[in-house]
Amino acid sequence: MSVLVHSSMPSVFTENTVQAKPIALEVRNVVKTFPTDSGPINAVDDVSFSVRQGEFVALVGPSGSGKTTMLSILAALLTPTSGQVLIDGQDLAKMNERERVRLRREKIGFTFQSNNLIPFLNALENVELMLRLNNRLDKAGRMRSAELLARLGLGERLYNLPSQMSGGQQQRVAIARALIHAPTVVLADEPTASLDTERAFQVVQTFAALIHENDRAGIMVTHDLRMCQYVDRVLQMRDGKLVRVYETREEILALARGGEHE
Amino acid sequence: MGLAFYLAFKEVWRNKGRFLLVSLVIALITLLVLFIAALGEGLGTNNREYISKLDGQLVVFLEKSDYIITASRLRQSTLRAVRRVEGVDDAGPVSTSNTAILLPPGSKNEVLKVSLLGVEAGRPGFPQLTAGRTFLSSTAREVIVDQRVLDRTDIQIGDTITIRSTQGVEDNFYDLKVVGTTSGQAYFFQPSIFVTPAVWEKIRPKSDAELGNTVPAINIIVVRVKDPAQIEQVRNNLLESVKNIEVADIQTTINNIPGYTAQQGTVQTQGGFTLLIGILVIGGFFQIQVLQKVPQIGVLKAIGASNPVVGAAAVIQISLVTAFGVAIGGVLTWLFSLGFPPTVPLFFNGTASALALAALLAIGPLGGLVSVIYAVRIEPLKALRLS
Repeated sequence: MSVLVHSSMPSVFTENTVQAKPIALEVRNVVKTFPTDSGPINAVDDVSFSVRQGEFVALVGPSGSGKTTMLSILAALLTPTSGQVLIDGQDLAKMNERERVRLRREKIGFTFQSNNLIPFLNALENVELMLRLNNRLDKAGRMRSAELLARLGLGERLYNLPSQMSGGQQQRVAIARALIHAPTVVLADEPTASLDTERAFQVVQTFAALIHENDRAGIMVTHDLRMCQYVDRVLQMRDGKLVRVYETREEILALARGGEHE
Repeated sequence: MGLAFYLAFKEVWRNKGRFLLVSLVIALITLLVLFIAALGEGLGTNNREYISKLDGQLVVFLEKSDYIITASRLRQSTLRAVRRVEGVDDAGPVSTSNTAILLPPGSKNEVLKVSLLGVEAGRPGFPQLTAGRTFLSSTAREVIVDQRVLDRTDIQIGDTITIRSTQGVEDNFYDLKVVGTTSGQAYFFQPSIFVTPAVWEKIRPKSDAELGNTVPAINIIVVRVKDPAQIEQVRNNLLESVKNIEVADIQTTINNIPGYTAQQGTVQTQGGFTLLIGILVIGGFFQIQVLQKVPQIGVLKAIGASNPVVGAAAVIQISLVTAFGVAIGGVLTWLFSLGFPPTVPLFFNGTASALALAALLAIGPLGGLVSVIYAVRIEPLKALRLS
């Protein structure tokens, strides 16, 4: 199996730098149980971790390991059966639906596997949508949106509809949308799933750079271990449990060289 | 609200073709509904117009005639008795029949069929003149014609018209001088012409048995009361003072014109069903559209759009498309109406049209209600298939 590790490595925060930053997201003993015909199963089983500002973390594991359920809980789309999730110190479990919607709007940035963009809005409008949702769209916001898209190499595509852009370009628009409103946490669900390898590396590399530059807490769910080379920490899940944390560069790069998850 | 409008408008604007198609469907439904409403109004008007404009509040019928004008036959003595009743300001006889005006050679039709009404000048039942004068005497061979007669023929004030009347087994012809005009006086689907009771009795179609009659028969007596607030009292006075009569108000009289209620019911049912079909068509379209947009709505909700925003955007979008369709339909209806001949009873009454338009504007949101509820209930987690 050929192992591709991208040549141009992004700036990665050192352990010391990251530890100096405040905790943006904290997960404490989270359990998520789903009822099934053969009895209840724990999709997430007593998971605890935290992510600091400016830290980019990958959540990896085989299919069914619970990583997507974990991400859904972090995104306030799913309520944990027990345990706590704190974003900026606010406990998601204590929020009602309206407060969770507000939290998603203000403190979370989200990119999905596909169907990321609103099809009838052009690239710029898709990014500006987050500012509109937060009632913060002004002239400066418009300029920042255009600049961010230009930074992501989409300066010529501002007025293109999603249908006029490639998958990679759409993912970059989604990244811009996830960051434009300065959220506390940025969540990415398999952002490279629909991209070819070269595009996938570009997208994750840019994502990592922006997370670090803007001091956001980033969490990426991926089944592609090669993408882990751009993150500061890797959380490995299996059967709903957090089974291992890769923290040093050597460990992470070794994992990345392992290639795609089976 | 601003965000909801923004999302609704952008989606419509960026998918103009698709939404225009729906608007055109709504436009066709609008065309159909407005035409049915206009036809209903036109038929109703042609049937009741003269009665609805009577200069009176009560109508006297022969007892047990069930308020049917043609079934009621009253005597001259009854007319005199009615005029003497307390609270009655004035009363006028109305005699109804049908006849045909002969049209000059070369006209499109040989005759113009009209309602022949016998009325006393200046009394309740006599129409308001728009031009010309009233009858010189009770026996003058003079006629006042509805404007529709002038519209459909070359007849003018001062002309002499000939009417054909079948009396017994013979066709007799009578000349009448047109001395005045009135407007909006259709009765029983025909424009009306007015003559004095004496002339009416002379020239009206008759059976063999009626040939000897010289005293004008009266179908109904129109009563104008002194104090409109005392209508019920006057009605009771009439029933107590005059024998063998029954008394109705104008609306009851209209409702009992033979076929009127059934006809209006039929037309209204057609209009109702058309609206129902519109609701189903629009509902179906928007439901399919929402089903296609589930992932998109899921993204919107996942990034923090609230249910009120998603719901309002759907309602605004449906309303925009419906309003546009109704506007196109209104213009189309107006254009089509210009091309219809005057014999087609289309009457665009302001109130009826406004009601139809309001109903049409309501069918969009009503039809799309299910899809709006569906959109609001979409769970982002399921929509995005995250789990």
